[in-house]
Amino acid sequence: MAILEVRNLSKSFGTLNVLNDISFDVEKGEAVAVIGPSGSGKSTLLRCVNQLEKASGGTIRFCGMDMFVPGPGGKSVYADKQTLRKVQEKTGLVFQNFNLFPHMTVLRNITEAPVCVLKKSKQEAQEIAMELLKKMGLETKAKSYPCELSGGQQQRVSIARALAMNPEILFFDEPTSALDPELTGEILKVIKELAADGMTMVIVTHEMNFARGVADKIIFMEGGYIVEQGDPEQLFGENASERTKQFLQRYSSI
Amino acid sequence: MTGEQLSTLFGLMLEYAVPTLKIFAFTLLYSIPLGMVVALLKMCRFKPISWLTNIYILIMRGTPLLLQLIVAQYSVPYIVRSDICPDFIKSLLENVDIRSESYTFNMMLFAFVLNYAAYFAEIFRGGLESIPKGQYEASRCLGFGKFQTFFRIILPQVIKRVVPASSNEIITLVKDTSLASAIPYMEIMYIAKKQVPLYASLMPLFMAGVFYFVFATVLTVLFSAVEKKLDYYR
Ligand SMILES: Nc1ncnc2c1ncn2[C@@H]1O[C@H](COP(=O)(O)OP(=O)(O)O)[C@@H](O)[C@H]1O
Ligand SMILES: [Mg+2]
Repeated sequence: MAILEVRNLSKSFGTLNVLNDISFDVEKGEAVAVIGPSGSGKSTLLRCVNQLEKASGGTIRFCGMDMFVPGPGGKSVYADKQTLRKVQEKTGLVFQNFNLFPHMTVLRNITEAPVCVLKKSKQEAQEIAMELLKKMGLETKAKSYPCELSGGQQQRVSIARALAMNPEILFFDEPTSALDPELTGEILKVIKELAADGMTMVIVTHEMNFARGVADKIIFMEGGYIVEQGDPEQLFGENASERTKQFLQRYSSI
Repeated sequence: MTGEQLSTLFGLMLEYAVPTLKIFAFTLLYSIPLGMVVALLKMCRFKPISWLTNIYILIMRGTPLLLQLIVAQYSVPYIVRSDICPDFIKSLLENVDIRSESYTFNMMLFAFVLNYAAYFAEIFRGGLESIPKGQYEASRCLGFGKFQTFFRIILPQVIKRVVPASSNEIITLVKDTSLASAIPYMEIMYIAKKQVPLYASLMPLFMAGVFYFVFATVLTVLFSAVEKKLDYYR
C-alpha cells in the first residue's frame, strides 16, 4: 500500500491554475525526486500535501487516511480537524530557507515540537535530539543559536527538527537552493543517508545528478502538469519524452 | 534662596512627583494592553473594523496630545447636552460629577491611554508583521496549534523587535506627563511653575527638570539593559 496517494489533484489561485490533474504514489521507503522548471508548481504541490495551501480538487490519501477526498456532491472536501492534525504530525517539510526558530537554541528548535505537540518528556526529547544532532554531525552545536551556524548547518538542524517528529514521510522543497555551492554537498549527503536508512521522502531539487543517483522515482513537472514520471533510467534515458529530454538538456548545458 | 527654603521646595517637589508617577504608571498599565488589542483590530480581515481603527489611530497621532487632554476634560457636559448623543450614553454620563477630583484624573488618564495606545498599536503591528511567514509555516508543519504558535514562536520574537521603539515611546511619556499641568492637574510641572513667582527664582523649574532628566535617564539605562539581554540572537 502506498503511503501517499495523490489523484487528479488540482489547485488554482483565483483564475490561475497552478496544479492540474496531478496523480502519483509514494511507497514506503521510497525516495521520489520532483524536478521541473521554476514556476511549474513543485512548491505548491508540496504545500498542498503539507496543508499550507488548500487544494481545489482531487484526492489525497495518506497512510490510509482520507485527508482530502471527493464528498457526496463530487467536490473534494478535507477530513475533520483531528485527522488533519494526525496527518500534519506524520508529515515533515524541510524548507528552502530553513525557517528555524531564531530565538531558540539548536537543541530547543528540535525538542520544542516533540515536547509540546507529542507530549514527550523533556528528557526523552533531548535524548532523541542529541542522537539526531550526532547523526547530522552537529552534536557540538546543541547550545548554539541558528544565527551562529552556516547555512548548511542550519539546514541540517532543520532536517533534524523535522525528523524528531518521527514522520512517516519527509518532504524537501529545494533544500540546497539557498546554500552556497560548496555547502550543497553536505545536505545532499545527509539526504542520501536518510534514503539508505529507508526514510520515505519526496525531494524537489534542481540537482539532476543527485536525483538520478538517489531517487527510486522521478516526477517531471511543467506548467502545473506531470509530464512524465518513472524510474531514473527511464527519465534520463533514450526513451524519455521529448519535453523531458529538452528540460534535462537545458539543465546540463547550464 | 536659603537652605531652609530649598529643602521646603524640594519636599514640595517630591510630593508632587507622586501624581506624575501615577499618570505615567496608569497610562502604561492600560495603554499597552489596549495597544495590543488595537493592533489586532487594525489587522482584522473584516475591512470596516480595520478602517475605523485606522481612523482612530490617525486622529490620535495627527492631533496634539494637549488638545486631546483638554477635549477630554470639557467634553462630558457638551455630550450630555447634544442632540445626536444616544440616550444610554446620556444616562451613563449624567451621573458623572464633573467637579470631583477623580473626574479630572480619570478623563485625563482616558486621553493619555487612548493617545498612547494608538502609538503602541502601530509599534506592535509593525512587530507582528515583521515576522516572516515561514515562521508560521514551519510551526504549522511541526504540528503546533494556533495558540502554541503565537505564544511559543511568534510572541517572543515580536517582543524583541518592539522593545526599542516601545522604550522610546515610554521615555517620551515621562516628559508628556507634564502636559497635565495645562488641564490643570497638580503634578510636578504645575507646582514648579506656581513656585517661580513665589520664590522669584528659577530653582523650582530647575528641580522639575532634574526630576524628569533622572527619571528618563534611569529608564534609558534600564531599557538598554533589556535590549542587551534580548541580544542573544539575531
Ligand atoms: N500564493 C500564491 N498566489 C498566487 N499565485 C501563486 C502563489 N503561490 C504560487 N503561485 C504561482 O503558482 C505557480 C507555481 O509556483 P510554485 O509552486 O512556487 O512553482 P515552483 O516551486 O515549481 O517554482 C507560479 O506561477 C506562481 O506564481
Ligand atoms: Mg519552488
